[in-house]
Amino acid sequence: MDLSFDLWGNALVSGLLLGGFYAAVTIGVSISFGMLDIVNIAHPAFIILGSYTAYIANSVFGFDPILSSIVLLPAFYLLGMAIYHIYDISFERRGDAAIRGLAFFFGILFITEVTLSLVFGVDYRLVEAPYIGPSLHWGALDLPLRLLVPCAVSLALIGALQLFMSHTFVGRAVQAVAQDPLALRLMAANPSRIKRIAFGLSIASASVAGAILIIIQPVEPSIARDYIGRIFAICVMGGLGSFGGTVAAAMTLGIVESFTATFYGPSWSPAVAFGFLLLTLAVRPAGLFGRR
Amino acid sequence: MTDKILKVSGLGKRFGGFVALADIDLEIARGERIGLIGPNGSGKSTLTNCLCGTLRNDSGQVLFDGHKLDGLQAHQRTRLGIARSFQLPRPFGTLTLKENVLVPILYVGRQKTGTDPDRRCLELLDLVGLAGKAHNKPGDLTQIEMRKLELARAMAAQPSLLIADEAMAGLSHQEVDDILALLMRLNDQGITIIMIEHIMRAVLAFSQRLVVLTAGRKIADGDPREVIRQPDVVAAYLGS
Amino acid sequence: MANIRFILVLAAVAALVFAGAYAVDNAYLYFAGYVVLQYVVLATAWNILGGYTGYVNFGTAAFFALGAYSTVVLHKAFPVPLPVMIAVGGIVSGVVGLAMGYLTLRLRGTFFSIATLAMAVVVQTLITNWNYVGGSRGAYILRPAEAPIFGGDYIRYLFLLMLILAVIAIATARAIQFSRLGFGFAAIRDDEAAAEASGVPTLKLKLIATMLSGGFMGMAGAPLPYYVTYLDPASGFSLSYAVNTIAMPLIGGTSTWLGPVIGAVLLGTLQQVATVTISSSLSLLIVGLLLVGFVIAAPRGIVGWFKK
Repeated sequence: MDLSFDLWGNALVSGLLLGGFYAAVTIGVSISFGMLDIVNIAHPAFIILGSYTAYIANSVFGFDPILSSIVLLPAFYLLGMAIYHIYDISFERRGDAAIRGLAFFFGILFITEVTLSLVFGVDYRLVEAPYIGPSLHWGALDLPLRLLVPCAVSLALIGALQLFMSHTFVGRAVQAVAQDPLALRLMAANPSRIKRIAFGLSIASASVAGAILIIIQPVEPSIARDYIGRIFAICVMGGLGSFGGTVAAAMTLGIVESFTATFYGPSWSPAVAFGFLLLTLAVRPAGLFGRR
Repeated sequence: MTDKILKVSGLGKRFGGFVALADIDLEIARGERIGLIGPNGSGKSTLTNCLCGTLRNDSGQVLFDGHKLDGLQAHQRTRLGIARSFQLPRPFGTLTLKENVLVPILYVGRQKTGTDPDRRCLELLDLVGLAGKAHNKPGDLTQIEMRKLELARAMAAQPSLLIADEAMAGLSHQEVDDILALLMRLNDQGITIIMIEHIMRAVLAFSQRLVVLTAGRKIADGDPREVIRQPDVVAAYLGS
Repeated sequence: MANIRFILVLAAVAALVFAGAYAVDNAYLYFAGYVVLQYVVLATAWNILGGYTGYVNFGTAAFFALGAYSTVVLHKAFPVPLPVMIAVGGIVSGVVGLAMGYLTLRLRGTFFSIATLAMAVVVQTLITNWNYVGGSRGAYILRPAEAPIFGGDYIRYLFLLMLILAVIAIATARAIQFSRLGFGFAAIRDDEAAAEASGVPTLKLKLIATMLSGGFMGMAGAPLPYYVTYLDPASGFSLSYAVNTIAMPLIGGTSTWLGPVIGAVLLGTLQQVATVTISSSLSLLIVGLLLVGFVIAAPRGIVGWFKK
């Protein structure tokens, strides 16, 4: 094993930046699974959808991918609300959410992936922006802007969501509905409506996450599946529903993946997340970084 | 064979920072009829869950029929002879009533040889007055009938200790009497029974001994008529 | 109907199916029929854990591919008759299922399902990095020219083996459904806490279900290398296996042994036709849409329509 500071330092930095990005990818599921207890395994598909919408905005209209993803936030938000509405009347109210809900989202994951590959083909797509390519240098460390900008955007996104959760009525209602829907009703807020808003936010985050994904790496429809393991590993490790925990867990995963890729090869990366997931489930299912 | 069927010492259970049960000591003799009362949230159901294995207690020990229950799963405790009915009925929704009652019969396995499971199912349903609906699903039942199904299913496990968790809530006067008579009959057959109830006349009519829980602690344990006159018991219910 | 009688009737039906295919003697029929029968086994296997016990397995591809790749290993290292390879495939997948179940089944069902999804990716990663079986480049398996013992087309032999496997799977599923084990599974599915309180050893039963389910999936995958003659991770772990294996029981009906069979025959045939007439991607899209549609509008599946 090469013990040079260069290699270790750069692997660490890449890992941190990558981890920041992973946090953005996961934050939507922290809301839907962590707070609303909805196992939306289709979330990566929405992220890839976000990647493709950013791709179109960039390649056809020349817009910056991140800015266009922000413009598209309302569209994704509405999509999220629509999907929650279908989920709500089909499963949540009928009380047998378990199998059917999972199958529903799995179907959506699959339909999205196949539709995207029918429309766009399986070639890798990428975007162009002035910050993909150059790197900052700090001594022996490289800070590729390709990773730095997405990490910064990710943390900004999570910061914004956290502010929303703790400082607005709706945000606090979302936190409340996770704990006690009945009390919420007594406060004259409709739990269904609150959950719909929360799920809408969850999917909206996928727009931004998708844009920064396609900045970091080229995208094709089937890579959605690589992210399912990562997302749920981070979610469980971070303690369901805790934003701070999500960021901490994401950074940890990013660092371990980065070191694994540097010293053992990138083809082992998908196994890292699963290893973490199993470890967490076996040792401390409540999460390593969560509130409790 | 010990004479004390249940020995609970120092039982404690917390949920995060919330202390649900603290330092509970309880001894029950074989064949006794115990009433367990207390305001909502005092820990009665938590205690039941800890005894039956649905929850793990954090501290203390439970001895059932001489066996240490620590580390035993719920299904193992049921097989040893503890059965309970759930406060909020939890039927097997896709199975018929008869099949609901069949599950414990198949899995507890302490039936006398030669018992025909099908006939036993119908006997049990008949005891609670549900024999006519043996081939219905729980979805067709009223809340009250679901509670009776709960009891039938608990009895199907042939317990030596039965915990009836608010089995009478919402029943009419006559129905309360029916369940009361049923529990008395079971007790006559030798089954030790803990009745958790809010309906005072039933508790007083049934119990040989009354145990009171408040905020996770046992504040009284003795003759029912004396216990209900204790100032702290009165205060717990009416506020002081 | 008693178990023995059912098995005899099923065997008679299978014999008729084989006789019919033999008479028509069209190689394409054997190829297409193999795939449909394969899905009958996969759907039936999935349903033991999913429909009966209520635990959703998204990692069908992993168990299936493990069976296929254990055949590749045996083919290279220690060639044995195919039926033995099928048994080995079943054992390998069954053991993996047991191990994974032991780690994840003590938690909520949703964590189990997520773990199966992640597990599929991991097993694929491991196989892709294993050069002995060809890694990402894949492995070539020569299909023997003639079937053993009776001779004739090898593909007919594969079809026959899969037909026998389907009979075994269906008979097993039906036997379980009406047995003490089946009632235990149903209790777990309906209310696990109540099942425990009723004396059902839930962890043990869930492990049994996972082992049986995974084992049959492995057996279904074992002949695959001889069928396709070129096996690579991308095709072995194709997501279409996971979707189909879930869609077929959900569309056919999850509460009985018959639902997965109906779903597999209908959807399998539909896809074989669509692949030839439209495109395989579109046919997969149709499966996905049907899955979502049925899950929303007809939760009890086709069998549910007729039960009223």
